[in-house]
Amino acid sequence: MSAPMAAARSAVSSPPGSLWDRLEPLLSRVEKPARYIGGEDGAVRPDWSSDAPGGPVSWLFTYPDTYEIGLPNQGLQILAEIVAEHPHGVAERAYAPWVDLEAELRANGVPLFSVDGHRPAGAFDLIGFNLSAELTYTNLVNLIDLAGVPVRAAERRADHPLVCVGGHCTYNPEPVADFVDLVVLGDGEEVVSEITDVVLDWKAAGRPDRRSVLEALARVPGVYVPAAYEVSYDGPRIRAIEPRWPGVPEVVEKRTIADLGEWPYPQSQLVPLTEVVHDRLNVEVFRGCTRGCRFCQAGMITRPVRERPADQVRTMVREGLRRTGYDEVALTSLSTADFSGIAGVIGDLAGRQQDAGDLAGRSGSGAAGDAGDLCGPVSVSLPSLRVDAFGVGIAAELQQGRRSGLTFAPEAGTWRMRQVINKLITDDDLYGAVEAAYSQGWRRVKLYFLTGLPTETDQDTLGIAELARNCVEVGRPHLRSPGVTVSVGGFVPKPFTPFQWFGQNTVAELGRKIGLLRDEFRSVRGAQMKWHDPAATQVEGLLSRGDRRLGPVIESVWRRGGTFQEWSECFDLDLWAGAMAEHGLSMDDYVHRHRTEDEVLPWAHLSAGLHQDFLWQDWRDALAEVGLPDCRWTPCYDCGACTGYGIEHVVASATPPAGGSQGTGQGLAWDRGAVPVQLGVRGGS
Amino acid sequence: MTRVRLRYSKLGKVRFLSHRDVARVLERAVRRAGLPVAYSQGFSPRARLHFGLALSTGFESIAEYLDVDLVDGVGDWDVAELPESLSACLPDGLEVGAATTIPAGTPSLQDAVSWCTWQLDIPGVAPGVLAAAVERLGSADSIPLDLVRKGKQVREDLRPLLGDLVAERTAEGARLVADLGTKPRSVRPAEFYAALDPTGPLPDVADVRVLRRHQWINVDGTRREPVSLGPPSPHAQERAS
Ligand code: SF4
Repeated sequence: MSAPMAAARSAVSSPPGSLWDRLEPLLSRVEKPARYIGGEDGAVRPDWSSDAPGGPVSWLFTYPDTYEIGLPNQGLQILAEIVAEHPHGVAERAYAPWVDLEAELRANGVPLFSVDGHRPAGAFDLIGFNLSAELTYTNLVNLIDLAGVPVRAAERRADHPLVCVGGHCTYNPEPVADFVDLVVLGDGEEVVSEITDVVLDWKAAGRPDRRSVLEALARVPGVYVPAAYEVSYDGPRIRAIEPRWPGVPEVVEKRTIADLGEWPYPQSQLVPLTEVVHDRLNVEVFRGCTRGCRFCQAGMITRPVRERPADQVRTMVREGLRRTGYDEVALTSLSTADFSGIAGVIGDLAGRQQDAGDLAGRSGSGAAGDAGDLCGPVSVSLPSLRVDAFGVGIAAELQQGRRSGLTFAPEAGTWRMRQVINKLITDDDLYGAVEAAYSQGWRRVKLYFLTGLPTETDQDTLGIAELARNCVEVGRPHLRSPGVTVSVGGFVPKPFTPFQWFGQNTVAELGRKIGLLRDEFRSVRGAQMKWHDPAATQVEGLLSRGDRRLGPVIESVWRRGGTFQEWSECFDLDLWAGAMAEHGLSMDDYVHRHRTEDEVLPWAHLSAGLHQDFLWQDWRDALAEVGLPDCRWTPCYDCGACTGYGIEHVVASATPPAGGSQGTGQGLAWDRGAVPVQLGVRGGS
Repeated sequence: MTRVRLRYSKLGKVRFLSHRDVARVLERAVRRAGLPVAYSQGFSPRARLHFGLALSTGFESIAEYLDVDLVDGVGDWDVAELPESLSACLPDGLEVGAATTIPAGTPSLQDAVSWCTWQLDIPGVAPGVLAAAVERLGSADSIPLDLVRKGKQVREDLRPLLGDLVAERTAEGARLVADLGTKPRSVRPAEFYAALDPTGPLPDVADVRVLRRHQWINVDGTRREPVSLGPPSPHAQERAS
């Protein structure tokens, strides 16, 4: 290469410089500085070289909460790896600095930075945020500002980064529509490269105006550009949502990868140098869930089920443990016991643990080494345990060592209520699971419940205490003091679920129910109750189903210092109530009002593949206390998730694992006769 | 079972790791290097790694030590290769520089280390400002220190725990090199810094760059490093067998 060319190239693609020298003195003054240094094992060394005419396309993948919460996010890790593999892509990562460092940064004029190269966030082409929790929205705004970028998308120029969001919250991104340039719906594995290509061309063309790249991006399937749509209102309701730019789709469909087996990512999961949540190897065994729990947005929007081939799971576990040195692996999914290859994978892992155990026995002190490829004792966890003896059996096989606590999520206190939410677990399923747990050495069970569910009566609420009391009794023959911890959260209706029309319980009503339960729990010996703050639940509800008029509300809360609202010590309902009043909006209209079938919902122009009439029928079925089976092993009822996209479930085995299609111990197979729930058969009759 | 003693350094960005962080990183490195590390018995077996005196978050060191118990007769390892194989599994800035097997019954690092040599780089201060303070400390019969211990205000005498003390000029300011004792309890570099009574202003302790240069143990009345660079002494061999 000739010298002048080299000079020209470096002019366009020289990476932004490191801020480390300015940052380092600040780190001596803040808590837990290790979260800002990067250097994780497995991190891709960013390669900023590129022979593309406009230079590489750089992404800053950002989690809008602390490093401890954000680092384990598998979605961002997957995307960073895929971008790094793109011949002209470069990826770095950033997290929200805690309030102490933020104050130092602002006082010293240092912007938000990447932890990989400590480069300024404003120097990236795209800042890609993961939105997994509504209460992080003010952090999103704060980080955009800390990056030195105008918080409102409309005020950005061509040389500002494109602000992109993905993740589960983006099925209703309207409350943050003012702040973001583009939104990605659904699986990001394919679309991230398509976005990179569009931005690459735009840079090659000399980075003309911002509108041109946004128009091109709006034509990428799965990409939603809020500025391209106009929303009109009619009182609290929406009159219409219409495309404002030519050539953009009327409805933006989510992206779905057909085969998880083609995406064995992350290939080198990050191993942080400091403690984070879920600090272990995570291997995703399937994506999607068709059990049809009606409150569960994750289950609805990630359909259909796509399993990873069992062999690939084994390889990812083996290689991952060897590479990372972790002594714990989690097999992740929305319900891992439903993985059709679970028996094989577990047999394999349990066998390897056995090898390690034998070796320990021989040496008399426990050992690592050649033990079945695992470097020392390994514990395997299933973050989502099925409420039945089968689930406990799996856990028992995997957790040879410490058996402190097991967690189950019956979600509601009575069978009637569980039919409404389609979590078809009988009381006996739960007792069977709890009995199995105590009899196999666990000392404590944790039970998760929701309150404020549609049609919930006080009898249903109090049923939670009744279940807890009986669980303690079930444990008595096995333990002197069996522990039961109950966690109660307020229900927040989510977009693209059958409950999206339901008016959320008020703070007062949730408070009353929690009070009822607290009184009742006084007489339940051995059980402990914890609950989620109803005020935070209200704001989650506000943002979950809000529209674009909440943009100014979020901005006001942020301007008054309302960041880290996920953290109970920072959450402040008064800030939100004040901002709503300031902008003339009513909490009641947004949170507590029941929606009607004909109402235009704020996400009407977006699609998770689910037919509107399926969701509405399922809502009616819920009110009629009618259950719906899992379509993985029973006939398809055409919710739209597969049919609309020409894809189907990918399961390794045509028969459900032990325990039945709904994952309950009772089995809901069509041929099993007596099924204690009326099955909703679609199309009448 | 064989006990191996390692010396490692902690330099650069990783100085911001806490002692606990470093412990976890080292434990994973031992697993990744495929060493047959021994595990404790019980419900939650832990790898048998024995750490020395904690190094505060933000401090650097070229003299950190760790003892690891390895199961005999399992796996292939050579103590001479441990520095390289372990360093390959560690992040930039953490590096194992030396390893040696130690005889059973060797006192633990926590018990054995009695003095540390600390280097404090103090930016933006003229060496003259420190000279008087160093001289005063060096000649004082007692150096009263007001400390908070377990929530209580206590006054202690630093004098018996202060050894050699030297001030040097550096490009950015001044450097103090001080031997601080660890028995009956460790003097923290920040406590020592607070005891300086300079003739002019000193920067905030957060701006002082601290590095541990040595840790010392007492062997037969002489001061030695916990891992000597040469081959193990015949004396040690004798005790090992
Ligand atoms: S389209 Fe049919 S098979 Fe696919 S998720 Fe919906 S109901 Fe199940």
